[in-house]
Order: sequence, then C-alpha cells, then structure tokens
Amino acid sequence: MFEATLLNRRNKTTQKLFRAALGSMTGLLILPVVLIMGTLIWKGAPAISFEFLFTPPTNGMTAGGIFPALLGTVLLVLVALLASVPLGVAAAIYLSEYAPDNWFTRAINLAIINLAGVPSIVHALFGVGAFVIFFRFGTSILAASLTLAIMALPVVIVATRESLQAVPEAFREACWNMGATRWQTIRRVVLPNAVTGILTGVILEVSRTAGETAPIMFTGAAFFLPLLPQSVFDQTMAMSLHLFVVSTQVPNMPLQVPYGVALVLISMVLLMNSLSIALRMYLRGKKKW
Amino acid sequence: MVIAPRPRADSPGPQAPVKLGVEKLSIRYGHDPVLEDVSLEVREHEIFGIIGPANAGKTSFLKAVNRMDMFDRSMHVDGRIVFNGVDVHKVRNVYGLRRRIGVVFPLPVGLPLSVYDNVALAPRLGGVKKRAELDVIVERCLRRAALWDEVKDRLNSLGSMLSGGQQQRLTIARALSQQPELLMLDEFSIAVDPVTTMRIEDVLKELREEVTIILVTNLVQQARRLADRTAFFLDGRCIEVGATEDLFTGEVRDPRTRDYVDGRFG
Amino acid sequence: MDREATQAPARLDSDFDRLNRDWYIDKVIQLLVFIGGISAIVFIIGIFVFISKEGFGFLADTFDWREFLFSPNWRPTSATRETYGILALIAGTASVTGLAMLVAIPFSLGAAIFIAEFASGKTREFLKVTVELLAAIPSVVWGFIGLAIMNPLIIQTFDVPVGLNVLNAGVILGLMAAPIMTSIAEDALKAVPDRYREAAEAMGATRWQMIYKVVLPAAKNGLLGAVLLGVGRGFGETMAVLMATGHSINIPTSVFDSVRALTATIAAELGETAAGSTHYQALFTIGIFLFVVTFIINLVADLVVRGVRKG
Repeated sequence: MFEATLLNRRNKTTQKLFRAALGSMTGLLILPVVLIMGTLIWKGAPAISFEFLFTPPTNGMTAGGIFPALLGTVLLVLVALLASVPLGVAAAIYLSEYAPDNWFTRAINLAIINLAGVPSIVHALFGVGAFVIFFRFGTSILAASLTLAIMALPVVIVATRESLQAVPEAFREACWNMGATRWQTIRRVVLPNAVTGILTGVILEVSRTAGETAPIMFTGAAFFLPLLPQSVFDQTMAMSLHLFVVSTQVPNMPLQVPYGVALVLISMVLLMNSLSIALRMYLRGKKKW
Repeated sequence: MVIAPRPRADSPGPQAPVKLGVEKLSIRYGHDPVLEDVSLEVREHEIFGIIGPANAGKTSFLKAVNRMDMFDRSMHVDGRIVFNGVDVHKVRNVYGLRRRIGVVFPLPVGLPLSVYDNVALAPRLGGVKKRAELDVIVERCLRRAALWDEVKDRLNSLGSMLSGGQQQRLTIARALSQQPELLMLDEFSIAVDPVTTMRIEDVLKELREEVTIILVTNLVQQARRLADRTAFFLDGRCIEVGATEDLFTGEVRDPRTRDYVDGRFG
Repeated sequence: MDREATQAPARLDSDFDRLNRDWYIDKVIQLLVFIGGISAIVFIIGIFVFISKEGFGFLADTFDWREFLFSPNWRPTSATRETYGILALIAGTASVTGLAMLVAIPFSLGAAIFIAEFASGKTREFLKVTVELLAAIPSVVWGFIGLAIMNPLIIQTFDVPVGLNVLNAGVILGLMAAPIMTSIAEDALKAVPDRYREAAEAMGATRWQMIYKVVLPAAKNGLLGAVLLGVGRGFGETMAVLMATGHSINIPTSVFDSVRALTATIAAELGETAAGSTHYQALFTIGIFLFVVTFIINLVADLVVRGVRKG
C-alpha cells in the first residue's frame, strides 16, 4: 500500500514541499483579507473623528457623521437580544435537560440548523410578510428587530446548549437524589455553570445582528431619516444599511466616507467577536471540576 | 478492632412499624432482568443490611426505592414498594418522597458549589433561610460525616475540587443534611479509608435513634457490626432475610447464605 | 424542622406527598422551556407560510412553471408583456457560486489540512482564531470591498471596461465562504481517530501518504458537508453579491460578464414594487424557491455531516 523506503530521501523533500505548499495556501487565504483590512484602515481612518461618530450626516450624506446609524444599530441589536435571548436560552434548556431522544427532538434540531441556513433576504421577506404586514407593526424597529432575532436565535440556542451539556450528569443526579426538582437543579447547579457559555452566544449574536443588512432593509431600516427614532414603532437608520447607501446610492460621495463607515462597522464586529473568543479562553482556564 | 457479636436486644422487633415494604419487586433494564420477585420489610429505626456479590441487583434496588428509575428509560420496575404506607409508584410529589430518603452511592460527587453550600443545599430547598440555622445544620452534618475538621477553615472552597475521600464524606454529609427518615448507603466505604469508615460506622449506630438505615455493603463484617437484620441477595434474588447474628452463626435457611458469609464465593 | 434525638419514634406520615409550590413551579418551567423548544420549528414553518402567503397570488394566477424556471427573460416592468423567467438569475447565482467554490474549496481544504495535521500549539490557536474572525466579517462590508477594491483592481489587471462581474463576486464570495468551510473541514479532519494515523505511520507511510490515503478518505463525509455548507452560503448570500455583480440580467458567457443573482434581484427590486402586485408576488416566489433549495442543501449537508459524528 505504501511506497518502499528506498525512495525515502525523495519523499523527505516532497514532504517539506508539501508542508510548505499547504502553509502557503493557508497564508493565501488569510493574506488578501489582511491586505483588505489594511486598505480599509488606511483609507478609512482619516474619516474617523469625534464629529464623525457623534453627529448626523449632512449635505446629502456626503459630509457630517454617522451617529443616527450607530444609534440605530445599537437599538436594533438591543431589541433583538431582548426577544431572542430568553427564548433561545429556554429552547436550549429544553434540548439539554428535558428533551427525550426521539424524532421530535431531531426535528427541532433540524429546524435550528435550517433557521441558521435560511438566506438573509428570505428572512427579510418573512419579516415583511409577518411583522410589517400581518401583525401590522409597519416598517419599524420592532419589525426589523424581531426579524433579526429569529435569524440570530440558532446562535444563542447552540452556544447555550453546548455549555449546558458540558455540565456532567453526575451533578444533576446528586441533586435529584436529594429531592431537588428539575428546575431547582438547573437553577442552582447547572445554569450558573453555563452562564459564561451563554454570554459567548450572546456576544456572537450581537456581532452577527450588527452586521446584517438584508433583514432590516425592508422591515424597518431607512436610507435617511431627519429625526432620531422616538419609539419602537419608528423607523431607524443602521450602520450596515448606511454602508450600502453611501457606497451605492449617493452620487458624488467622497471616497473616504464609505471607507470610514466600513471601518467603524467592521471594528465593531471584530471587537465583539474577539471578546467572545477571549471569554472562551478565559473559561478554559477556570476549571470547576 | 474486636468484632463483638451483638445480641441486639434493642433491635426493633417484628411488631415495629414497617418503614419500607417491598412486595414482589422485579427490575429489568430493557430485556435484562436484574432483580426478580424480591419481598422484604425494613422496620423503623433498624439498620437493615444487604449483602451479596456484585451485580446482584442491590444498587438497582435502591434506585427503585427513591424512584430514580424515572430518569432511566430502560429501567422497568414491577411490584410494589411502600414507604410510610404510600406506594412510591402512586405518589404525586416524587420530590417530597426523595427529600425524606437520603442515599449515598459509591461514586463520590462534590457539587461545584462551596462546601458550605453543598451541605446547605437540601435545608435551603426545604425552606431554611436563616444563616444561623444553616450554620448549625452544616456543622452537625459535616461532623457526623467525619469531614468537619478537614474543611472547617475552608468552607468556601469548591466541593468538586476536594479529594475523592473527602467528596465521598461530603456526599454523606449532604444526605444527612436532608434530615431523612430513611438513609440508604450503597457501599460507602469504597472511597473512604478504614479509620474514617470506623468513625462513620459509629455515627450510623447513633443515628438509629432518628433514622431508619439500609446499608448495602460488600464487607460482610461491616454488616455484622452494624445491621440488626440482613438480607442476602444473589443473582437478582433475595435468598433470605434474618437477624444478622443468625446469618453469621450459621442458622440460615439457605446453604448459599452460609457459603457467602464464610467467604467461599462472591 | 429539626428532629433531634428523641425517645419517641417518628410517625409514619404521608405528609411528604403534598403538591407544594416547588412542584407547581417545576411544572410551569417545564411548559415554558417546551415552548422555547418548539419555537424553532414554529419559526421555520412560519417563514415558509408567510412567504408563500405573499407569493400566493403569483403562484395561483400568472405562474407558468416552465416559463419561470426556464426562461431567461426577467422583465417584470416591461411595457408590452411582463415575463418572469428566472433562468438568467439562476445562472447568475450558479456562476458566482461556482466560481466561489472553485476558489474556496482548494484553499479551505489546504488550510484545514495544514491546521489540523501540521500546525500545533500557538500557531494552531492563532490560525483558528484568525479563521473565526474572518468568518465574522459582515456581507455588506464584503460587498463594499468588491466595489471599492476589487472593481478597480479587475479593470486595471484585465483591461476590461467593467469590474462588477462574475469574477468580482465569485472571488469575494469565495473569500467569504472559505473560513467557515475551513472550520468545518478542520473539525472533520480532527474527528478522524488518531489510531488511523498511528496505524499508517506504523506501516511506513509518510505524512503526505497518511493524509492522502487514510485521513482524507476517512473524513470525506465531513469534508463533503463543509462543501455543501459553502454552496448553501453562496446560494443565499445577498448583499455582497448585490454590490459586486453589476446589474445586467443575462446568462454569463465569461467571468467578466455582469450578472444578477436571485437574492440580489429581490433586494434590488422589492423596494420598488407595490405590495400585492404581480411583481411583488413574483419576488416572493423567488424567495420560496430560495428557501426550498437552501433547505434541501442544508438537510443533505446535515445528514452527511452527522455521519461524521457517529463514525
């Protein structure tokens, strides 16, 4: 099956070549992105200033700042979290602590995977059909956030479920033997040990929802609004959509504005992800059993 | 240590109330039977020993008593188990049942809470809130489990990070903290050193005043030291039940009992 | 609650068998988490129901499935006769996804092999973290990159008039899909038990032979799953494709042709339709098509990948 060792020396060089080839493939995968990030920083940094971050756009959005978009993203993400985290944690608790091993549970898991795989524009269509039209929320922060929440639900569920399942069964049995109810066991022993995992999921969700454009395009985000939103039934601007607008919809846009917006957006997202990665590493060091 | 035979004049006699009644109990996992047609009675305030070789169904027996079979889908239980006159399969609040029954399995488990919280958990679930009351309970149970001296200065350390022997004693302390009416111990001495085992055995003897005890053990001499009456389980059947002394002095109904007690197998 | 040692025996009471507050709370919680559990199913079904509802009119009246699937003429605003053929759009999506896979598969596979079999310790950590961060870049940022960076780059390098085309979007999509594919492929490779590798080494195989003849075949299910997931991602990607493909609706004959993808069409046109109009409903029908296709791809990918976990 394997070549005779007479050819060993030739194999050693092919070995080294092979390793180098693979290494460079990995590098080639990362390098363009690093270059692109570098370009973004180089061309976008000049646009960043206090004024850029905290004042609204002026002059047909070719000047001024991005504050309403920043605020809008924050609002959208917060409302989406409020909707998805309790539901997602409940679902994960069900799957980890209660669900029997049968076809129904498999169906739920399949639904979660599919929910994560639905194209974002289809989520947008759903948001329009369900929240904007059927539930009559109109194009609003509420409709957009709920659409985002459903899209991000799988992230929370999966992260929470994994951290719950990491708690050894022996602890649960010890509690049950003492007469603790399932909920008491979860509340006092299982959940406290899963909190960091849940937090990781939440941070990941924040990072995803902040960057999404399609689901909010027709459900509540607008290209330009003269006023800041006053309630969840108002529309809002958002960072992701703002990037789309300033790079495609406005004539005579000075190039540094979209670069600036892109830089801020990508910094937000990467910061969140790094936080979640850091949290996971911290977790690994703090063993409790 | 001299093992003195005990006439046990103070053992509960046949007219003592029945704490736990078992009628024709059969247990199987899937299609594999582990226990067949077991009937016995455990009287109040006695120490009831169960001896027998491994895989004789002793642990499954205990699991059926406190309804832990609910969590194992492959475990099927037939027959009647009656605790305090209530059929455990017809009980409405199974958690209430389990609170009254403390069980210690051979696998030591320290919960990932502080040592204090480990032992305070059951009382807290039972409604005890005042710190002063909890302090009393925690200390008493840790003393009885022969663990107090080793942990009294670090009650805040994690229970799950203690040594194996300490975790086993912590498990015993937790069972005691339930203030159970029935205490079931399944080979508790496996994870514990001989000296500590002796201390706990002394505690068990004292506890008889408050608690009924079922002691499953591999160490026949331990049964002889502690148990008022003993049952001999073999291959999933209860071969016989009798006054412990009778079993050890050879007054048995079944020759296999004598063989086991004399160490000829198992 | 304290029963200190007394001479009187405890009574055999059945006091414990009362339905107390803890019991009721436990039951309520059980119901609540169950509702959470079925929510995923409810939402998936809900998505299908609501997009079908909005697209229903088109399906019931104007829909001719042969024209829909096989005509390249997507002219919903035609003054003479409106046609709703999505063949050109399918070709747009397929060409971009195809190119993306051509780019992504070799590189992500190579990277996955490198990370799983050759890198170790700190390097491995670093690479894994980098890949994870790459996967997090939002699609609108990728679209912007296609516009601002790739566009001029293509025009200059290949001397073509327009840089928003299949090549642009294909490369971008490839860079987008590659990190996720790398992660899953790496998981699949890591799932191959060490004893396979040890057995191969014991038989005198070199690293390369061990990987090529033993590890890769053993991981092929997971690797296939990674590819399918990448395809699914490419199929469903919206913003990056919208911004980088240009806006001509035609079947591409070269990578320098501008095209329009299914997802981008919806995003570009929905805002200009009147709710309930045929055009509007036709866009929702494209949505149904996308939902069904990605559902199937995800289903197959999951079945294939799950084979890895069990093996």
